[in-house]
Amino acid sequence: MTSADRSQTRPRRPSALLIGAALLLVLLVLAGCGSRQPSSYVYNWSIFWDSLLRPSPRIINGLMLTVTIAVISQIIGVILGIIGALGRLAKFRPARYLANVYVWIFRGTPLLVQIMFLYYGLLVTRIYGWPDFTVMGITLGSAIQAGIFALGVNEGAYMTEIVRAGILSVDPGQLEAARSLGMTYPLAMRRIVLPQAARVIVPPLGNEFNNMLKTTSLLFIVAVPELFVTFTQLNGSGSASFHPFELFLACACWFLLLTTIWSIIQAFIERRVGRGFGGERPPGIFDRLFGVRMGRLFNPVPRVSGGR
Amino acid sequence: MTVKDDQRHHQPHDLLQAIGGAPAPAGDLVVEATGVQKYFGRLHVLKGVTLSVRRRETVIVIGASGSGKTTFLRCINHLEKIQGGRIAVNGHLIGYREGNGKLVEDRERNIAAQRQEIGMVFQRFNLFPHLTALENIMEAPVRVRRMPEGEARTTAEALLERVGLAFKRDAYPAQLSGGQQQRVAIARALAMKPALMLFDEPTSALDPEMIGEVLDVMEELAHEGMTMIVVSHEMGFAREAADRVAFMDDGVILEEGEPATLFENPQNPRTKEFLSKIL
Repeated sequence: MTSADRSQTRPRRPSALLIGAALLLVLLVLAGCGSRQPSSYVYNWSIFWDSLLRPSPRIINGLMLTVTIAVISQIIGVILGIIGALGRLAKFRPARYLANVYVWIFRGTPLLVQIMFLYYGLLVTRIYGWPDFTVMGITLGSAIQAGIFALGVNEGAYMTEIVRAGILSVDPGQLEAARSLGMTYPLAMRRIVLPQAARVIVPPLGNEFNNMLKTTSLLFIVAVPELFVTFTQLNGSGSASFHPFELFLACACWFLLLTTIWSIIQAFIERRVGRGFGGERPPGIFDRLFGVRMGRLFNPVPRVSGGR
Repeated sequence: MTVKDDQRHHQPHDLLQAIGGAPAPAGDLVVEATGVQKYFGRLHVLKGVTLSVRRRETVIVIGASGSGKTTFLRCINHLEKIQGGRIAVNGHLIGYREGNGKLVEDRERNIAAQRQEIGMVFQRFNLFPHLTALENIMEAPVRVRRMPEGEARTTAEALLERVGLAFKRDAYPAQLSGGQQQRVAIARALAMKPALMLFDEPTSALDPEMIGEVLDVMEELAHEGMTMIVVSHEMGFAREAADRVAFMDDGVILEEGEPATLFENPQNPRTKEFLSKIL
């Protein structure tokens, strides 16, 4: 066996070592923080552990609100993205212009400004006052509504580009085949083109939602009590007040948990939409988190498709 | 017998029986194209193409690349707009309505309805990669013709059986060879029970050893009485299955006739020159 062969069949396993080393480094830094510089700060680690393991109803509420806002906003974003993409690809000129202007404005201005404008701007001028809105027994306050709207519309502009790229990635022969079978354009889009575009759309869509989970914290500007605002408030008053180190570390852990769970769901979805396309399987959850191809460790020689 | 043998010795048969017999008679002329003009920008591609195809007839269109064969075929189901002349299938104008003596492009819904009657097989198969072979065939009957799913499944299975691919019903297109994909594509077009089948160079993207299995299916279809227009350079197939051969050159049909006559005794010098190159 040559050395080239060996390097192929016996991949290095940096995973466990590297991760362990990284964790150790973080712990050392944490431990060293207090001792280096004399500081009057007194660590209260029970605040950290309590907010993680025995979260108060406020934290749970904030968590639920973050997830709810992110999910609804992302759904709005995807719907607007599909409409926007179809608009940008339409033969009808006004539809193209409208879609282009939409993307231009919402990608070209800061989200924070959009949130402020859509909430306070519309509220104060009485253009739209965001009256309370009740669905299934849950009442959504005006700030939450405006926040969801702003996040969704902003997301829609980015999704427009993603969906458009996805549609353009599908072989034009597919639309021709569908139409030659008597399908109308909307039917062909829904049944033939979009399901194939999904394969290209889903990975960036997953990243968008990962971002969305974190971006909800921008709604602090209109005082929506989501996860970040909840921790800010805990830091501001009450028994845990002025423990920003423990509190925001816990807050970060909560966000990390959310995005991690999402990564798992995303890996599952990507495998599903990839059906029928062969080629390399999308990376699994372990690969995603740590950038190591678990599959390679056990099955180092890439499978050749079409072999006998 | 292995699967491989099974494929090789498979003889397609009773293809039209699988979809309930030959298409219903609808007048003697299935395709009537007169003086069809087509431009791509400034490029004049079709310069007055006239062709009639009778029911149960198989017409093969040959000609050098760039002569407009494929474009003409695509005009017949209005995948391309035309700028002059007219094309009628089963007596209905394709893609256009007559208004005040002028031709106006028809509404999308009407064009889609007309395309249901015209099956098309592409050079590059264009199977739907996210659907299995069976789903590919069922998709249009269920979604477009609103056929009950059970019935569509029965028809699709019968068609797969008859093109010799019953054992591949749950395979995705990526798992099929080129020849197998093209046979599924033919079954997919047939499932709509079309009155006319268009074949756009159906074997030119295939490896040589797979051409036979596709031509067998097409030959069988021609003998069973399907009305077909085939753009192809398969001379053996033309001799065996075609009622007529049309030679296209520079956007017009220069010469047409029975295959034996046209191949043995071409009248036009351009036809002679072309045939001498490929025969």
